[in-house]
Amino acid sequence: MKITVKYFASLREQMGKAEELLTLSDATPIADVWNNVSGGSSSDSILMAINMEYVKSDTIVKEGDEVAFFPPVTGG
Amino acid sequence: MPIEIRSSSFNPWDEIKLHQQKMEQEMNIEGQYGATASFVGSMRDFNEGEPVQSMTLEHYPGMTEKHLEKICTDARQKWDLIETLVIHRVGDIKISEPIVLVCVWSAHRAEAFDACRFIMEDLKSKAPFWKQESTSDGKRWVDKNTPG
Repeated sequence: MKITVKYFASLREQMGKAEELLTLSDATPIADVWNNVSGGSSSDSILMAINMEYVKSDTIVKEGDEVAFFPPVTGG
Repeated sequence: MPIEIRSSSFNPWDEIKLHQQKMEQEMNIEGQYGATASFVGSMRDFNEGEPVQSMTLEHYPGMTEKHLEKICTDARQKWDLIETLVIHRVGDIKISEPIVLVCVWSAHRAEAFDACRFIMEDLKSKAPFWKQESTSDGKRWVDKNTPG
């Protein structure tokens, strides 16, 4: 199954890309997608979203989902 | 319940005046609201004890608007409000330019004050915006909000 993964702000710079297309063999918890793309980095300060809504790390990613990883927000 | 992301500078006081005129023309609410509470956040020339020259604000297009709408909907479920207005800048921002405007109209002051603070605090902690400051040492991402 195919998903889109987006990165923002300092994480986009660390990853060296704003987004990528990933092919996963099966529906997967978002925490496993993070482990996959980050090479096992800690997700302690990473916020996670699926289809533009915040999710917990055990939420399952499905075919066609837009996944996003980003650092703590600092607007306002 | 307008939510706007702006890529150029805006005057918050003109925005409040214009929106209030529009509300009175379109919503037939003249005489209905007794309280208008607003918050304007502007760019300082210092942060974390260091001078800051300019700033760039990045956002997650789509999710930012969606989240701001959720915050305003939550506020309207929590309090009896007549209208809310949120405008937030993105892009390159100069010192003293407004970054955010939150304005709330209600019949009485308690709802307007409380909902304005609620929307602003939720925006600061959850809406996907990120600040990058330019200092004499170069650019740096802001990694946390200052306490309210």
